[in-house]
Amino acid sequence: MTLLDVEDVAVYYGDMCALSSVSVSVDEGEAVAVLGANAAGKTTLLRAISGLAPVAAGTIRFAGETITHVPPHERVDRGLIQVPEGRLVFPFLSVFDNLRLGAYAQRARASADERLAFALELFPRLKDRGSQMAGSLSGGEQQMLALARALMGQPRLLMLDEPSLGLAPLLVQEVMQRIDVIHQEGVTVLIVEQNAAQTLKLVDRGLVLENGTVATSGTAADLAASDEVRRAYLGI
Amino acid sequence: MDLALQIVTSGLLTGGIYALLAVGLTLIFGVLRVVNFAHGEFMMLGMYGAYWMWALWDIDPYLSVFVVVPAIFALGLLVDRLIIRRTIGAPEVTVVFATLGLSIFLQNAALTVWSADTRSVTTGYTGTAFTLGEVRASVPLVVSFGVALVLALALWAFLNNTRFGKAIQAVAQNRDAAALMGINVQRVYMMTYAIAVAGAGAMGAIAAPVFSVVPRVGLSFVITAFVIVVLGGLGSVPGAVIAALLIGVVQSVVGFMIGAAWAEIAYFAVFMAVLVLRPQGLFGRRGAEVYQGA
Ligand SMILES: Nc1ncnc2c1ncn2[C@@H]1O[C@H](COP(=O)(O)OP(=O)(O)OP(=O)(O)O)[C@@H](O)[C@H]1O
Ligand SMILES: [Mg+2]
Repeated sequence: MTLLDVEDVAVYYGDMCALSSVSVSVDEGEAVAVLGANAAGKTTLLRAISGLAPVAAGTIRFAGETITHVPPHERVDRGLIQVPEGRLVFPFLSVFDNLRLGAYAQRARASADERLAFALELFPRLKDRGSQMAGSLSGGEQQMLALARALMGQPRLLMLDEPSLGLAPLLVQEVMQRIDVIHQEGVTVLIVEQNAAQTLKLVDRGLVLENGTVATSGTAADLAASDEVRRAYLGI
Repeated sequence: MDLALQIVTSGLLTGGIYALLAVGLTLIFGVLRVVNFAHGEFMMLGMYGAYWMWALWDIDPYLSVFVVVPAIFALGLLVDRLIIRRTIGAPEVTVVFATLGLSIFLQNAALTVWSADTRSVTTGYTGTAFTLGEVRASVPLVVSFGVALVLALALWAFLNNTRFGKAIQAVAQNRDAAALMGINVQRVYMMTYAIAVAGAGAMGAIAAPVFSVVPRVGLSFVITAFVIVVLGGLGSVPGAVIAALLIGVVQSVVGFMIGAAWAEIAYFAVFMAVLVLRPQGLFGRRGAEVYQGA
């Protein structure tokens, strides 16, 4: 079943066209990657899906319903959860408060305790840091917190915007491995990355954005093998 | 020694009343990034509310708080709907003109309806004082101080101990991230504005037994409140309370030693010294005032 269906979406910043006629669809249970160079429009795509960037044309459907103009908080309440670029933890709230805010949406409240236990099991380091201000965590810990916080929202679709950005290689491995565990638990994943080599090991399919349009798409294996992607994004 | 104690006491008491005005102002700024120039006018409306309830029905000003707070809260919701909401995301000048315009509108409405006459509330306790040793403190000033601090503390507890309070803090720290948690940011803005101006209204009601009421009364209070907010650190509620007490003491000490006219000059001097030495204010976080999310 198609969980997310983005169809011919366009987004403008003033006069500048950041996305034009972009289509993406993600099936329930899948993991899909969005690759692309800097300024290709990857973040804009996720912001449009979350409702933070206004869509000028096209439609976005989630779980069979059109959500193109539904406000962001209502999308979260349907299980459309995003870990934004730069993590954006609440720096002056404690780690636990950040996690509790992750379950702010109505649908996530009832089972918040169970998911807190799961999130802390997946990211045990957060447990000892519970009462510490989130802003005082290291970059890697903040990324773990952002992931755990997103899990608190009971995602049907988890969108990740460059989760490995700015992390040391060892931490990148760790974060990617946790994302894989989350996916194996049955969460559908849409991941934006510049780290194409790592990402393509994790996903079923992917697409490449270039100047705000979809340049290529295919299975992870196809993309990893295609000369174009290898040259442009894998650096080999 | 007793004289010094006396001066500091009256400074603290007056400062405490200002705290309630300042916490609302700092909250609106911290959460909505809006400088609410109309804040003093909500206080003025609270004062007139208390005055008329006293003049017409003989209701004690402290009891009128229970009517003034819900009424000004409702007015705050309306003002958010009609004005504030439309200015979010607009250029800064738009926001300034919108709230300044609202301030002028409310002042002149009060002038038209209630005239420029100076009015004051006199009750059984007007002119009475508590004495402790050699220190005297007027009864209405002490009661107003107490009510103001209790209300400011209640607001602080609400922000730190409720789910919605945490959501308000989340929006203040990062609007986009808050939206991604499923928080209705627009609703947070609306409630924050209404809560904050209701606090200004409450402050007006409890100030009615202490200060006279005129349509322009909000202006001088709000200017002091702005100084307090910047001094305490933009967006910091505890900072606003402490800065309010500090400004009250400075005003009172300088007013006594040099003269009332110098009091304002003195706290603006303190204000500028703080800004030079510690631009984020006493309790502010550096950069908090410009942080706008992704
Ligand atoms: N708020 C904004 N206002 C104006 N232009 C913007 C805004 N956000 C992004 N852009 C522009 O839109 C284009 C796409 O940006 P976007 O952030 O979506 O790229 P990206 O693929 O996520 O890049 P990166 O890999 O650097 O994160 C860029 O040219 C960028 O400068
Ligand atoms: Mg990006």
